[in-house]
Amino acid sequence: MSWETVIGLEVHAELATKTKIFCGCSTEFGGEPNSRVCPVCAGMPGTLPVLNRAVVEYAIRLGLALDCTITRHCKFDRKNYFYPDLPKAYQVSQLYLPICRDGRMDIGESVIGIHEIHMEEDAGKLIHDKGGTLMDFNRCGVPLLEIVTKPDFRTGDEVIAYLEKLREILLFLGICDCKMQEGSLRADVNLSMRRPGEAFGTRTEMKNLNSFKAVARAIEYERARQIEILENGGAVTQETRRWDDEIGESYGMRSKENAQDYRYFPEPDLLPIAISEDWLTQVRAKLPELAHQKRARYIRDFGLSEYDSAVLTRHKNISDLFEAVAQKSGNATEAARLISGEIMRLMGVAKTLPENLEIDPAKLAALIAALTDGKINREAYKETVEAVYLHNVEPEQFIAEKGLLMISDCEAIRQAVQEIIAANAAAVADYHAGKDKAFGFLMGQAMRKLGRAGNPEAVRTMLGEVLNE
Amino acid sequence: MNALSLSTAIKEKKLGVTEAVQLYIDRIEKSELNAFLSVSREQAFKQAEAVQRRVDSGESLSPLAGVPIAIKDNISTLGIATTCASKILEGYRPVYNATIIERLEQAGMVILGKLNMDEFGMGGSSETGAFGAVHNPWDSSRVAGGSSGGSAAAVAAQEIPIAIGSDTGGSIRQPCAFCGVTGIRPTYGSVSRYGLLAYASSLDQIGPIGQNIEDCAAVLSAISGADSKDSTCVMPKPFAFTTSPERLDGIKIGIPRNYFNEAIDSHVKNAVLAAAKQLEALGASVDEFEMPLMDYVVPAYYVIACAEASSNLSRYDGLKYGYRSTEAKTLSDVYRLSRSEGFGLEVKRRIMLGSFVLSSGYYDAYYKKALQARTLIKNAYNELFTRYDMIISPVAPTAAYKLGENIDDPMKMYMGDIYTVSVNLAGLPAIALPCGFSNSLPLGFQLIGDAFSEERLIHAGRVYQNHTNWHTQMAGDTP
Repeated sequence: MSWETVIGLEVHAELATKTKIFCGCSTEFGGEPNSRVCPVCAGMPGTLPVLNRAVVEYAIRLGLALDCTITRHCKFDRKNYFYPDLPKAYQVSQLYLPICRDGRMDIGESVIGIHEIHMEEDAGKLIHDKGGTLMDFNRCGVPLLEIVTKPDFRTGDEVIAYLEKLREILLFLGICDCKMQEGSLRADVNLSMRRPGEAFGTRTEMKNLNSFKAVARAIEYERARQIEILENGGAVTQETRRWDDEIGESYGMRSKENAQDYRYFPEPDLLPIAISEDWLTQVRAKLPELAHQKRARYIRDFGLSEYDSAVLTRHKNISDLFEAVAQKSGNATEAARLISGEIMRLMGVAKTLPENLEIDPAKLAALIAALTDGKINREAYKETVEAVYLHNVEPEQFIAEKGLLMISDCEAIRQAVQEIIAANAAAVADYHAGKDKAFGFLMGQAMRKLGRAGNPEAVRTMLGEVLNE
Repeated sequence: MNALSLSTAIKEKKLGVTEAVQLYIDRIEKSELNAFLSVSREQAFKQAEAVQRRVDSGESLSPLAGVPIAIKDNISTLGIATTCASKILEGYRPVYNATIIERLEQAGMVILGKLNMDEFGMGGSSETGAFGAVHNPWDSSRVAGGSSGGSAAAVAAQEIPIAIGSDTGGSIRQPCAFCGVTGIRPTYGSVSRYGLLAYASSLDQIGPIGQNIEDCAAVLSAISGADSKDSTCVMPKPFAFTTSPERLDGIKIGIPRNYFNEAIDSHVKNAVLAAAKQLEALGASVDEFEMPLMDYVVPAYYVIACAEASSNLSRYDGLKYGYRSTEAKTLSDVYRLSRSEGFGLEVKRRIMLGSFVLSSGYYDAYYKKALQARTLIKNAYNELFTRYDMIISPVAPTAAYKLGENIDDPMKMYMGDIYTVSVNLAGLPAIALPCGFSNSLPLGFQLIGDAFSEERLIHAGRVYQNHTNWHTQMAGDTP
């Protein structure tokens, strides 16, 4: 008899607000330990939280994008537990009235229900080192959205498809940079097995999944582990397990019996949040264009192919770059060709992730203009694009220094052509004998002589003229 | 001398600010009341000189400029030990000032020191602190009340012209009654709590304790009003009190008949009834009513206050600041031993009670029920304020009792809060005023008003004090 896998996901997304959820400290990743900390996020005695309005707005954006019901009157609760990375010994979160509920996401044929989305603060980080354990509170108070699905996944592929789509939505909404390796997007997997049609089995929760690949591997591992237990007549223990990606196994961290009682209660230091119809309307009106909407628009307005539109919307940074270059150059076709072609190739070679892509769209637009105005040829264009990509050179200066400016000067070309004709008497004779190939050969020789700067059209015309003089 | 007169004397150059500071420091140093936990001499003199320069330059200054003030030790003062009278905060020096400290300094007041209290505000006698009990200036064998006992005793003994306290369940009003001084517990949301080391966040409010209602009103004006660092402080502008007519004509006062049953000491009862008569003579109408929900106020208060406290006090974990057990070898040891050794008995009792009522399986039976009772109490007050402008009530069932008398009987101690805690549950303002003596011990009463009706309460208090002299009688006989 077959087994059915039942999976639910809890995803934590760090919000890309400028400041933390309850104070004015920067949310930027990294920095000297404890340099982005104030009395409030360090939980010093007597301090109070003041809610960052942008966090609520970002949560509403995601809720609307995932077809959730927005909780118009919501509030925060305290989740109490002791841990050194949590300086107040409670996390301000939402239990009783989360800001978004009952949404959905379509994955191919399946519909994944969104149980809820709630706002909360992140904890700090512990740095374990030989001398002991140190605390870094920089991450304390960075805003998080926790997106909890219903147990609607049946395969690991669905989970990955969901995560990819969720990442795309978060990126295009501009609310999360989704850098899994920096922990700004984290997924916990709840998994259980059952015989089709039967009630849900006992589930385990897996943590420390730092890439989509790790999610897929951990699901495969856990599925096999649970099936083995069940087929040997055993029972799955309800527990939290930690995935070790290096050895490709998970191990139990704590079982249900040792589960903590978080003693949730309403946070008395924050007022309840009332979300007015006006506010909701404003957020809805300002909702950024999502990837699938962009794809449709690129095909409709720019006449791009479905393939190019898909490549250009793979990541928000790429579509942002495309749109900026298209707008600045006024040439969407050439911009699409440049980014889906040369830029993607260069990113592949340099192994640059889209989230780390940094290139000045103005420089690319200027290069497109230089190409279409006939100032440089396509070979020189590619060379300059690469130099801009790798070394952020100034295109104009680079073209000048490398002598890439197309030579359209008739005298220079005439001189080069005459030299080639003089040096290749045989080919010239072949040409006059009616062998077309000889023209191509002479053309190639002339272009080589002129280098990357030769304007092929001008050379072709000149060669014809001189041969027939 | 009271605070406003002292500031006038300073502005009229009858007394220098430094001189005033020296005078009070001398009194504090001679005192055996244990009202002060620390005196910041150096900083006070520096501040005094700065204020004096402003006086000398003829700058127009606040009515409180130059007046020394002392602060309950649960309010954060930059660089100055803030202990909450607890061993757990041993060695802790705050890195920031509470909002009210900045506002007092802006008003030209000189912060002289920090005042003793019940540990973390948990107690009604100022005996639970780690640094010894506060003694009542009228009878040093008796308690000063609590938890702001240091604040009330220091004012009563004229060790300071005016002080800051905090009131979570009666912690300003009850010590005022026990020490014969005047205090205001402001409406929840009128004074910033930023920098107040929380006991119970939804009940705590900071307020003044002084020799009379005018002094208290002046300090309340200086510290009240919205603060961008406290989103629960919702009153947009500071209170601005105006002088008012000398009578109380048209003011409707309710008096809860059932507050005067067999549980109350007859001296307290008679003094409060006499105060009601006096208010009536000054033009107010006084009308009896039955206070509902009496059996629920103390339990609801202790469930909610302890629940919040159990969470608020979790941050004192021995890791980041304050006391850490030297015996601790592991992380769980640091937590367990530091907290076991650092907190006193009453604090531990309340943390345990609070953790219990919030734990899964008990939340609905206790915490949720208490929140429901709180709503009913709020509604009852709302209904009362459709009929009355204010309510007159005793503050405590007795006058100050003997040190040690109730410390081993928490239930008796908690029942002493019966007249005060409903005000906190409903977030209301109340003023405590002296109204007599019993066997040389002062007695007090309170006037409770609707939210943000401080102006009217202070008017009533002012008229009352203009026609009585209970508040002018001071413990000891220093000028």
